[in-house]
Amino acid sequence: MNPWKKDFPILFQQVNEHPLVYLDSAATSQKPNRVIEQVAAYYQGYNSNVHRGVHTLGTKATDAYEGARDKVQRFIHAKKREEIIFTRGTTTSLNIVARSYALVNCKAGDEILLSPTEHHANLIPWQQVAKQTGAKLIYMPLESDSTILLEKVRPLITNKTKIVAIQHVSNVLGTINPVAELAKLVHEVGGIITVDGAQSVPHMKVDVQELDIDFLAFSGHKMMGPTGIGVLYGKEHLLNAMEPVEFGGEMIDHVDLENATWKELPWKFEGGTPIIAGAIGLGAAIDYLQEIGMDQVEAHDRKLTTYALSKLQEMDGIRIFGPLENRMGAVTFNLDNIHPHDVATVLDSQGIAVRAGHHCCQPLMRLLGETATARASFYLYNDEEDIDQLVKGLQKTKEYFGHVFLG
Amino acid sequence: MSSLDDLYRRVIMDHYQRPRNKGELDNGDISIELNNPTCGDRISLQMNVEHGMIKDAKFLGEGCSISLASASMMTESVKGLTIDQSLHLVDLFSRMMQGEEIDTEEFPIEDIEALTGVAKFPARIKCATLAWKALEKGVKQ
Ligand SMILES: Cc1ncc(COP(=O)(O)O)c(C=O)c1O
Repeated sequence: MNPWKKDFPILFQQVNEHPLVYLDSAATSQKPNRVIEQVAAYYQGYNSNVHRGVHTLGTKATDAYEGARDKVQRFIHAKKREEIIFTRGTTTSLNIVARSYALVNCKAGDEILLSPTEHHANLIPWQQVAKQTGAKLIYMPLESDSTILLEKVRPLITNKTKIVAIQHVSNVLGTINPVAELAKLVHEVGGIITVDGAQSVPHMKVDVQELDIDFLAFSGHKMMGPTGIGVLYGKEHLLNAMEPVEFGGEMIDHVDLENATWKELPWKFEGGTPIIAGAIGLGAAIDYLQEIGMDQVEAHDRKLTTYALSKLQEMDGIRIFGPLENRMGAVTFNLDNIHPHDVATVLDSQGIAVRAGHHCCQPLMRLLGETATARASFYLYNDEEDIDQLVKGLQKTKEYFGHVFLG
Repeated sequence: MSSLDDLYRRVIMDHYQRPRNKGELDNGDISIELNNPTCGDRISLQMNVEHGMIKDAKFLGEGCSISLASASMMTESVKGLTIDQSLHLVDLFSRMMQGEEIDTEEFPIEDIEALTGVAKFPARIKCATLAWKALEKGVKQ
């Protein structure tokens, strides 16, 4: 058996009288015992608000919350802990960049460069910026296998380009975008790059200094942490020049009846009681991942993706979307003449959890010529046996529908 | 797979493969588009209404077997009904989806009974109700 699976108690259950096969980690990952226990330990042992008061529990909670920030800093190799803002997740982080950076720095005639494969979370905030400032959205062309070619993107990056907004790894196709190269290109013209790391940070080593990216957004729940916690990384000089999005307690320095001043970074972006238990859980998830090593996590996910692609390709009547190599984490497909909801329902009856739908990527679905697809996604606790079960399940799905169709 | 069989009865597959009233009306009085934002299913429904009675109904849609079969059955059911009668069926259908025991004979076509199994699949109830929601929205316009 996979050596890590035992750490994830949820996986040991029957669903519809079959052992659960969880293949939906791109939507949200499962949590190891370590994370569940440390969140419980906070509530059972030292639940308190942070940064206020002087009592013992409050100090313990503050140390744990701020300790989680240090873990995140080391995990993505940020220069300073001040560059790590805790948020509700990727969506919130990207909205902060759009509102607090882009709305202020974009004007009519400027361009924001995006890929058409973006998750709605990294698309709609930019549409709003474009509407409010008159900036223009420019889309990178896609190759027939849905990847982007740097040579074709290069001419689109001009001195009008203020922002490149791109996902590091696609949640539908598992493709890996050339983020470091794009960062270099946009910096040459004086623009910035903001990266949606929701699907990369959980699966591979992401070093913000090596990539030289300006903003990075990701979600704790996709990397074995709790829901409701996420991160916005930003270069210090950019964050310093930005105004907070939320105003209230915790984020202020001095307040009188007419005016207030803000705390320094990172707290000026963390108005209100922060997500204390979430941050502690995320810190525990990072410890868990780092003990295994992100190189090993990535190698495991790539191996499974390659195995799944090869097994699914052997099937008849299946269409697999995206390139057949250099991708990870997710495989997206459709069976001929069977709608993906129907596929997902028949798989579920065999205990196999996959996602069916547009995966929050409606423009990409249109490019693929589909209204919806089925997606199987993998993580550390999956193994080849899970994929064999998926293939068996899909064969049964085909037989089943062949049977009902023919009566 | 017996509960699956309940879900995918022959009747449903028949409506899915040979949908009734698929297409567009040349000059429909009422025209509605509705989609299910969580999964991308969509329906466009057109109806002709004269003196408070639904004379004709046609639909175009994209979606799974359950959503298209339900749209096919819905259009078959409402032709010739008054607005109030059609709204009564909307209510009945929604109660049926919540697993309530209802008298399926109140529906003009008996095929509807095949959709009772959907109630056991909470994730699919939205698929089945989309066409009925479009009907409700349309007649209330
Ligand atoms: C690529 C990508 N971006 C953004 C998001 C949004 O993340 P969240 O819902 O945690 O804010 C997701 C997750 O669904 C994703 O896969």
